[in-house]
Amino acid sequence: MTPPATAPATSQPVHAAAPLLAVEDLTTVFRLADGREAPAVDGVSFTIASGETLGLVGESGSGKSVTALSIVRLVRPPGRIASGRVVIDGRNVFDLDERKMRDIRGRRIGFVFQEPMVALDPVYTIGAQIEETLAVHSLARGAAARRRVVELLDAVRIPRPDERADAYPHQLSGGLRQRAMIALALSAEPALVIADEPTTALDVTVQAEILDLLRDMRRAFNLSLLLITHDLGVVAGMADRVAVMYAGRIVEQAPTAEVLHTPAHPYTRGLLASMPGARPGTRLEAIAGTVPPIGSLPIGCAFAPRCPQRFEACDERPPITSASPGHDVRCFLYSGTSA
Amino acid sequence: MTALLEVSHLVKDFAAHGSLFRKGPVTRAVDDVTFSIETGETFGLVGESGSGKTTTGRCLLRLIEPTSGEVRFRNENVLSMSPRELRRTRRHLQMVFQDPYSSLDPRMRAGASVAEPLVIHRIGNRQARDARVATLFDLVGLPADAAARYPHEFSGGQRQRIGLARALALEPSLLVLDEPVSALDVSVQAQVVNLLLDLQQRLGLTYLFIAHDLRLVRQICSRVAVMYRGRIVELGLAERLFDAPAHGYTRALLTAIPRLDVTGRLDRVEYDDASFERLPLREVAAGHWAAV
Repeated sequence: MTPPATAPATSQPVHAAAPLLAVEDLTTVFRLADGREAPAVDGVSFTIASGETLGLVGESGSGKSVTALSIVRLVRPPGRIASGRVVIDGRNVFDLDERKMRDIRGRRIGFVFQEPMVALDPVYTIGAQIEETLAVHSLARGAAARRRVVELLDAVRIPRPDERADAYPHQLSGGLRQRAMIALALSAEPALVIADEPTTALDVTVQAEILDLLRDMRRAFNLSLLLITHDLGVVAGMADRVAVMYAGRIVEQAPTAEVLHTPAHPYTRGLLASMPGARPGTRLEAIAGTVPPIGSLPIGCAFAPRCPQRFEACDERPPITSASPGHDVRCFLYSGTSA
Repeated sequence: MTALLEVSHLVKDFAAHGSLFRKGPVTRAVDDVTFSIETGETFGLVGESGSGKTTTGRCLLRLIEPTSGEVRFRNENVLSMSPRELRRTRRHLQMVFQDPYSSLDPRMRAGASVAEPLVIHRIGNRQARDARVATLFDLVGLPADAAARYPHEFSGGQRQRIGLARALALEPSLLVLDEPVSALDVSVQAQVVNLLLDLQQRLGLTYLFIAHDLRLVRQICSRVAVMYRGRIVELGLAERLFDAPAHGYTRALLTAIPRLDVTGRLDRVEYDDASFERLPLREVAAGHWAAV
């Protein structure tokens, strides 16, 4: 038998089935002091498959947190979702009424934030907050809810979960608070967890424990994870794929190993080179300049003013092209390779 | 080599609030800390939150009064100095804080903030001070017109440059840098780190670098002390300490650092707090000390 002329269907990537979450051309704008609106998130697209972890990496002001808030429609004025679609379970969340949206938050998408003291209510015990989530989503009440709380706190390895359920957030250490928030995020058994800088405020040994916990929870609950971080080291240990954001746009998206070992975009390369620790005793390779403020972005490539490889083409907005199969980059250096 | 700063048996106790007739329980934040810093080196003081590293740094300048111990700067005992002598010594011993947002007076123009130490120490007239401020701005890579602007008009990296210019106004020989770049994004952090390295070379500065970011400490420090529960548990040449840590806590700390070359779970060493003992440092190899 001769092989077929076209590639067989089995060569499709494993995640080619309908993704759990698809963000399509999302743009979220903020009103500036002078009345103009400027994009904080500018045409962002990515997908997350069931069980997959996507690392969303960027520096402050890159739009990574606004992207997360847009997905669950929690952008507050002066911000506004201007265009795009966010599809989960085949439905565009921007078409849902607020009641259905509340069902998505918690039940389909759980949240873990950087600062548990902000997300956890200081006047209620940890147990009461988890019980409330269980009640809101009609999952358990009364004694059954209490049993579930203790199970969840035990699952996130909080010692003496029965006692800790009655603790207030301020009575726990930073690491235990973050575990409690993970328990809260998992309480309604979401399919996707959005973790926004979940370990940034923690000491390095506690950070390592929380990352181990997120890995275990991901496996135990078959979770998809959108991990938002500024730390490429955290991404290396956690993510299947990485999307790098700069000034509101995704400039590079690829499997983690490719981003770390063969970065394509000059910004990604600069970010990796500026990380300390690689060559002790030497100067760091800093990226010149600073991130332009929202509303003052150049018309073309937003990174061009800081880019060591800029050329005439960069005055225009670069399209997304492929540096290699499955490795997307928004840079004119690659615009000849494919469309 | 000569020691610029020698710290011996430094102790700082904090008393919790008690009643009128009874003192509250005492917390020993700094517990018998001894180290010395050589002229021209970058000495790293690392530890996690609550380890006592920041309190140690503040005790050296007597921003917090230590409970006991000795701090000798150029062989003079800082802790026994009169207020007048202390003021004179502080010219040579300056501190740079983590948060450039809160360490600058928001109502003061950047130029006035940088000139303030000169005014306090009654150095130069108005004209000489303006000239000195211009030199300092140039030194830290800020444009001359920045002097007329207020702190909120600057980015985080620029504010930290202003903080550095202010610390350098009195031509100090030792800078205590308390988490100087940890509030900055990594690309900007690299710029400020490079500036610190340049300034050290040009001005012959000595640094005490207090930090929790071990990757950064590895990058720039010649020697490192690791603090845990108020004590130094290990001290030595950076490459030696990072490559062959002797204390269990140091091993736990180093193996918890996220790595670009490891996918999945880190192969970590855990440290059991219950196994901690208040042991004296002993020399485990040449120039490498550990409390084991």
